[in-house]
Amino acid sequence: MRLLNTDEIESAVYRAALHAGVNLTDSCRAAMSAAYEGEDESAAKFALGKLIENSDVACGNAMPVCQDTGMAVVMLDIGDEVFLTGKPLREAVNSGVRRAYADGYFRKSVCDPITRKNTADNTPAALHTEIVSGDKVRLTFMPKGFGSENMSALYMLKPAQGVEGIIDAIVQTVKKAGSRPCPPVYVGVGIGGTFDGCAYLAKRALTRDIGTHSDREDIAEIEREALRRINELGIGCQGFHGKTTALGVSCEWAPTHIAGLPVAVNIQCHCVRVVKEVI
Amino acid sequence: MKTLTLPLTKEQVKKLHAGDSVLISGVILTARDCAHKRITEYIAEGKQLPFELKDAIIYYAGPCPAKPGMASGSCGPTTSARMDSFAPALLDLGLGGMIGKGEMCPEVAEALIRNTAVYFAAIGGAGALYGSAIKKSDCIAFPDLLSEAVYRLEVENFPAVVAMDCYGGNIYR
Repeated sequence: MRLLNTDEIESAVYRAALHAGVNLTDSCRAAMSAAYEGEDESAAKFALGKLIENSDVACGNAMPVCQDTGMAVVMLDIGDEVFLTGKPLREAVNSGVRRAYADGYFRKSVCDPITRKNTADNTPAALHTEIVSGDKVRLTFMPKGFGSENMSALYMLKPAQGVEGIIDAIVQTVKKAGSRPCPPVYVGVGIGGTFDGCAYLAKRALTRDIGTHSDREDIAEIEREALRRINELGIGCQGFHGKTTALGVSCEWAPTHIAGLPVAVNIQCHCVRVVKEVI
Repeated sequence: MKTLTLPLTKEQVKKLHAGDSVLISGVILTARDCAHKRITEYIAEGKQLPFELKDAIIYYAGPCPAKPGMASGSCGPTTSARMDSFAPALLDLGLGGMIGKGEMCPEVAEALIRNTAVYFAAIGGAGALYGSAIKKSDCIAFPDLLSEAVYRLEVENFPAVVAMDCYGGNIYR
């Protein structure tokens, strides 16, 4: 048994949030540079160049890379040998988010769904906890902007639709979103599980580095084929046409019911901001 | 690359075509979801708006707070399609144009033609770059809406692309 004060989790959330708001992931930077190099369409190349310049300006001035500093998605994989002490976990996470969004001069984008009144401190975080084995806590922090979140979708396919149905669902979701989610996008896909679990798998897929593939070959092939078909759509950076509509497709899977084939497609804009830390 | 100084005359608008890259300098006003809802309520109730709509350019954006010593925090565009239902009425009241990201609906395209107005696409996600192009920022209406309030921004060399012009030209098509 390891005693862990939730103050340590609060500090980790605080550090991760401050870093994530300003910095793209290395894999995102590399994918954007490759897209710029390969682009021939003039407006799309202009926009890709400005976006690369933007991430340099953000790092240089410690300014948010995008003004939509998102809802704070916090995933905690908590080892079953960890005994948490101190303030309640949810309070610790929200306190880390609250302090980081104030100190980082980040936008506060969380509101009541009905009255639309802003909570003014970007809390509560969207907190997901999983119990895993071991004596560590793995934190994944991802600020999630809603221009892209709004373009996400969940489908309850028929089992007979199979792999072709899955790829169609992914490609059609990106096609329907068009220029609105700030392409080039990163596409997180959940395959299987239940209605709710499938959406979580899609979110989890977005925390993987761009360019990585599932260790299941049949699913890795879905990732490659969906990406190929998405980039044939010709939407391009910002909808200005060209070669790169998506930077990557990542799929996570879980066993499902004999009667169903849930597929969730979670769209992420080109501002991929993910920070991971083991506590 | 064209350089544009605001406010735009109708003659200047007529020279803009979808796909043109431009650098904008001058005054623009931010307004997004909640501000549009409130502007619409003011108009419906016949109340005077706290700013001049005629020939104004509305920027669909909600900035981050400014750090000490900076005029603005990061301030890139938000998705314009959410303002589709508001834009035609504002254009008919004299709004000169909008800046946002992503395609707007055919009713907006018709209102741009009818009023010789223009819709620019800023580069979505380039928040830090746009924040740096803002030289002065003042909240001029609805401060209770926080980042969704109306800010008067003085911008210099603000990069954008003509997305929908006054002839029905549309970069997304």
